[in-house]
Amino acid sequence: MIQSDLNIVLPEIILALFAMASLLGAVYTVKDKLAPALTWATAAVFLVLAVSIGAGDTEARVAFGGLFISDSYSAFAKVVILLSAAAVLVMSESYLERRGMLRFEFPVLVALSVVGMMVMVSAGDLMTLYMGLELQSLSLYVIAAMRRDSAKSTEAGMKYFVLGALSSGLLLYGASLVYGFAGTTNFAGIIDAAQHGELTIGLLIGMIFLISGLAFKVSAVPFHMWTPDVYEGAPTPVTAFFATAPKVAAMALFARVMFDAFGGAISDWSQVIVVLSVLSMFLGAFAAIGQTDLKRLMAYSSIAHMGYALIGLAAGTQAGVQAMLVYMAIYVTMNIGTFAFILMMQKDGQPITRIDALNQYASREPARALALLVLLFSLAGVPPMLGFFAKLGVWQAAVAADLYGLVVASAIASAIGVYYYLRIVYLMYFGSETEALDERKDTMLLHVMLMGSAAVMVIGVFSLLGLDGAAASAAAALVN
Amino acid sequence: MSNYLLSIVTFLPLIAAALLAIGLRGEDEATQNNAKWFALVTTTATFLISLGILTQFDPSDTGFQFVEESDWIFGLTYKMGVDGISVLFVMLTTFIMPLTILASWDVKTRVKEYMIAFLVLESLMIGVFCALDLVLFYLFFEAGLIPMFLIIGIWGGVNRIYASFKFFLYTFLGSVLMLVAIVAMYSYAGTTDITQLSSDAFPFETLSVLGIDVVGGVQTLMFLAFFASFAVKMPMWPVHTWLPDAHVQAPTAGSVVLAAILLKMGGYGFLRFSLPMFPVGADVMTPLILWLSAIAIVYTSLVAIVQEDMKKLIAYSSVAHMGFVTMGIFAANQQGVDGAIFQMLSHGFISAALFLCVGVIYDRMHTRDIDAYGGLVIRMPAYALIFMLFTMANVGLPGTSGFVGEFLAIMGVFQVNTWVAMVATSGVIFSAGYALWLYRRVVFGDLVKEGLKTIQDMTAREKWVFAPLVVMTLLLGVYPSLITDIIGPSTAALVDGYDNALAAAEAASQYAQN
Repeated sequence: MIQSDLNIVLPEIILALFAMASLLGAVYTVKDKLAPALTWATAAVFLVLAVSIGAGDTEARVAFGGLFISDSYSAFAKVVILLSAAAVLVMSESYLERRGMLRFEFPVLVALSVVGMMVMVSAGDLMTLYMGLELQSLSLYVIAAMRRDSAKSTEAGMKYFVLGALSSGLLLYGASLVYGFAGTTNFAGIIDAAQHGELTIGLLIGMIFLISGLAFKVSAVPFHMWTPDVYEGAPTPVTAFFATAPKVAAMALFARVMFDAFGGAISDWSQVIVVLSVLSMFLGAFAAIGQTDLKRLMAYSSIAHMGYALIGLAAGTQAGVQAMLVYMAIYVTMNIGTFAFILMMQKDGQPITRIDALNQYASREPARALALLVLLFSLAGVPPMLGFFAKLGVWQAAVAADLYGLVVASAIASAIGVYYYLRIVYLMYFGSETEALDERKDTMLLHVMLMGSAAVMVIGVFSLLGLDGAAASAAAALVN
Repeated sequence: MSNYLLSIVTFLPLIAAALLAIGLRGEDEATQNNAKWFALVTTTATFLISLGILTQFDPSDTGFQFVEESDWIFGLTYKMGVDGISVLFVMLTTFIMPLTILASWDVKTRVKEYMIAFLVLESLMIGVFCALDLVLFYLFFEAGLIPMFLIIGIWGGVNRIYASFKFFLYTFLGSVLMLVAIVAMYSYAGTTDITQLSSDAFPFETLSVLGIDVVGGVQTLMFLAFFASFAVKMPMWPVHTWLPDAHVQAPTAGSVVLAAILLKMGGYGFLRFSLPMFPVGADVMTPLILWLSAIAIVYTSLVAIVQEDMKKLIAYSSVAHMGFVTMGIFAANQQGVDGAIFQMLSHGFISAALFLCVGVIYDRMHTRDIDAYGGLVIRMPAYALIFMLFTMANVGLPGTSGFVGEFLAIMGVFQVNTWVAMVATSGVIFSAGYALWLYRRVVFGDLVKEGLKTIQDMTAREKWVFAPLVVMTLLLGVYPSLITDIIGPSTAALVDGYDNALAAAEAASQYAQN
């Protein structure tokens, strides 16, 4: 019994043991000198785990009496999380090292937060959910404040911690209400109590508090306040990490809770998510217009993107979940490329993220500018880039669920949102002349990431290499 | 081989652009020349291959020909094909593109990127006219914005940033609403195949949306969503304001492509989607569209008269001419639709030529102010002759292609709504006013401006650019059956289908009432 349970959580155990072993190893030996090797090793472990999960058996299995679920849905989310975390780690290594910020704690904390994320997407119980969420969040609070000598970074960490604690409080309060009215913390038990029409007021309020806590983690409006500050304040590699893996984990967890625990009352939560989604899309579109900092702009962009992904969830159908998963996978790919570009930006040896530093960039670096152009148009959802198909997918699901108002609203929001992406393109291609960014020769890896992600946005239009098939079976595992 | 002809024509320029982007390095003059020649050869080859399509095309078959179909991502299909309506637009595109490349021979900045942008644009434009799947159509339709945005923005005039943003945002907003309708159509019909959708009837029972009763129901709503996109693209009054800005700021070749091909996508869209797929919706909206067209013709002609910038004047005249197109399409009879298509093709040649005419003197004097010219006929007799021909064609002089289209369109609409026809006809007179006055101010009069006294007549290259356009304008003017024989059967089928669908809807609603 316990043996088979442990087998199911083996990837999490391996990663947790690896993180602790590397922590001990580094503390008792050469400390920060080990950091580069440790970063690469962690990325390699992520990669191996991703391959073994992706290639492994994905039939639905439950461990520890329903606390932990392993199915093709969790497998899909875990593969995306692990791959994106690995990509961000290898991108960060040279950036952090050059600036003397690469401490051995960084890969360890990333590994621990990834363990948290993997637990989140496999949660089958409110306890597991909270455990995974907090493990992830606590690690993220620390790495947001990783630059101890920078006021902005520590402020970002502090802000994230205080607001994150508040949201955890909301979530816990909701969980306690749900427990009180459903009599169990197990999703399988809650779903029996939470059927449409039988939803007691306590269960309903508990559900709303849970949604609020989760909305904070995906940074959906009105729980988005922390996002721009944290994105801007945290060191850029950390921002890149925030924008990718945790978003996937939180979104996957969101869908997991909604379907596994409240799947009987879809119409009750769907309307809440519609509101979150519309607010996120519009705030993201409008607030990004005035931004002068690329990282802040990406924060608002990610808020808007979470709004689009939530459309898929709001549809409350299998097609909706499938579209949401595809959306998140494409979103993560675009963000990795964009952040690879931001990591390359440097002037006089200092990292720079001001948008106007990109003036006339295309005349100096035509290839990179073209790649960024592809990514930006993809983020904006302009065909023929893959980002367009991501939006098309969630719209199709929403229309099939008769959410016409939501689709029209998101269409208008996307037309507004296209402006700020265009503004970057305009600066790169026909802005005024400014001082050039530094010529960098040591960024081969970032260059490859940028080009690769842009290429995916174009080539993906011809074939997705099974992404949609995997997402379809993942969605089928969740919604049945 | 011939089965893949459409894909070859569509993607040849794109592949060439990729080769150009990867293969050609360097900034010196030799590489620039290579880029130009490469682009010219590619576009010419594309034209020659597309001639193969035209020769093998069977006009008597009103269905789609050269159909290709295969699976695509997300359960969509990649489906291409042409019928009598679209084949000539493909030809127009492939015909105009070599001329625009030739007309851009003097571009000095970022030549390679310029050629890449135009090649990519050509691929996307051909794709729009060949696509037989809604999503595929939308993909080509929207993607064309990206190269055009860059063309206006990078190689445009002083106010290019404003113009490029206005162009992009206007058309994008119109198009996302169309995308919503496309998604809704998919959910209703379960397919995005254009041929199947054209034979399906969407529900048209009156609906209540936000408390307003919508006659024609879903069909009217979908029609309006498509209308939002095509009316902006056309452009119809009152959403035409992006066009003069875009035209004035775009480089000459950009204006040519914009006027000759991109504007035709709106009209093509009305013919391909609005009429066959939402006949009831179209019928409900027809009076409004006819009057909008009539207003466009008169209003923009009057606005054109007072313009001081040559390109702006021609841009407004384009809006007026597109008014004839929408009028002809929504007359929804054989003459009207034939006239509209003829007018679009003929406008493709004439407006391209007029923008090239402006380009010729702009390259010499670097101003488009009408006041800066006068008496050009003394120094530039060849130019004066060509400019005169196209001015007359623009006015719609019999013997030029401009006449046939306008005449057919007015004849078509006269049978439907006499008052609209009458108002539109008065626009013909205004168009004579602005076009002849422009010609008189630029070409005739005394040559008093100092700067003009040394101006040179057209070079051999410039004459070669104009020669095919002159031939086409005159040929179609005296022998219009070249076009009407090809489009005739398809438009007849379109009009029949439209009438039958309306009759069926009428019968159904009477049956429901009884």
